[in-house]
Amino acid sequence: MPNAELKTDTLFKYLLRLADDQLILGQRLGEWCGHAPTLEEDLALANISLDLLGQARALFTYAGEVEGKGRGEDDLAFLRPEREYFNALLVEQPNGDFAATIVRQFFHAAFMVPFWRAMTASGDETLAAIAAKSLKEVEYHLRHSSEWMIRLGDGTEESHRRTEEALEELWGYAGELFEMDEVAREVLDQGVGVDAAALEAEWDGTVNAVLERATLTWPADSWSQTGGRTGCHSEHLGHILSELQYMQRAYPGLSW
Amino acid sequence: MTEKNTPLWEVFIRARNGLSHKHVGSLHAVDAEMAMQAARDVYTRRGEGQSVWVVRSSDIVASDPTEKETMFEPTGSKIYRHPTFYDIPEDVGHM
Repeated sequence: MPNAELKTDTLFKYLLRLADDQLILGQRLGEWCGHAPTLEEDLALANISLDLLGQARALFTYAGEVEGKGRGEDDLAFLRPEREYFNALLVEQPNGDFAATIVRQFFHAAFMVPFWRAMTASGDETLAAIAAKSLKEVEYHLRHSSEWMIRLGDGTEESHRRTEEALEELWGYAGELFEMDEVAREVLDQGVGVDAAALEAEWDGTVNAVLERATLTWPADSWSQTGGRTGCHSEHLGHILSELQYMQRAYPGLSW
Repeated sequence: MTEKNTPLWEVFIRARNGLSHKHVGSLHAVDAEMAMQAARDVYTRRGEGQSVWVVRSSDIVASDPTEKETMFEPTGSKIYRHPTFYDIPEDVGHM
């Protein structure tokens, strides 16, 4: 149960951010279904997508309960306008080539592993339970993407070049993951949330170790883009939502 | 990625403790680590397994189908190798 001191709308917003990250990245990975370079990877990416979708469902359901206005997982996932999605910009970036998809996944998983691990100690029992289940899933996502980073980086000249280009392209979106604004801080102060800023050192360590094995170079810190947590998105999210929301918009209340 | 870079691997899965690993299929992967990951992703999506083995297909030594007669026919006439000539007491029950 949410801490009585914690404002409902603050926790609600925090949950939406977390849910939206998993939903949007899951949707992105789903775009690979039937298009991945090999059958094996087609299934691997779809598996990861479904893990993330499962996490998003649990978080949306809980967010709906916290909000207390009768909105369920489908209402929250499918029926909000673009500015009311609060995912980090990283997860909405296009799939690009396989290297870009892997780099994006690697950045995300390297963050989510320490994040969910810390969240297992949350004072909020529901969040702690979701964290315990999700941790096992993202540990695999990190392993999967790390192994690919190493093989793409230390693979052929072309795979090395493409992976470096993807690093350059996505680097500037990583910083947003560690942002601690008022919402995140309040949830943390109530013993419910995670101190994302404190995870940066572990993330750096994970990423550095893999880049080194992959013979990839760490891009120069040149720019950083944020805004997703307040609903200011890149041009990509609207296009994702048009596909994601189509069924519920066309056939309101549709269910399997 | 060409198949030359991603050789074939055979996948074996043990469904439960006490059972043996069973061949479930094959896949392409660059090396053992990736083959293990792919085996997990392709063949254990519905809770099929407790343990996975992957083996390079080229490391498997297979019997030659043209030697079938030499290999397997001589056994056909040795029916006494089947334990069907013993009366099993009823107390023993199902064997």
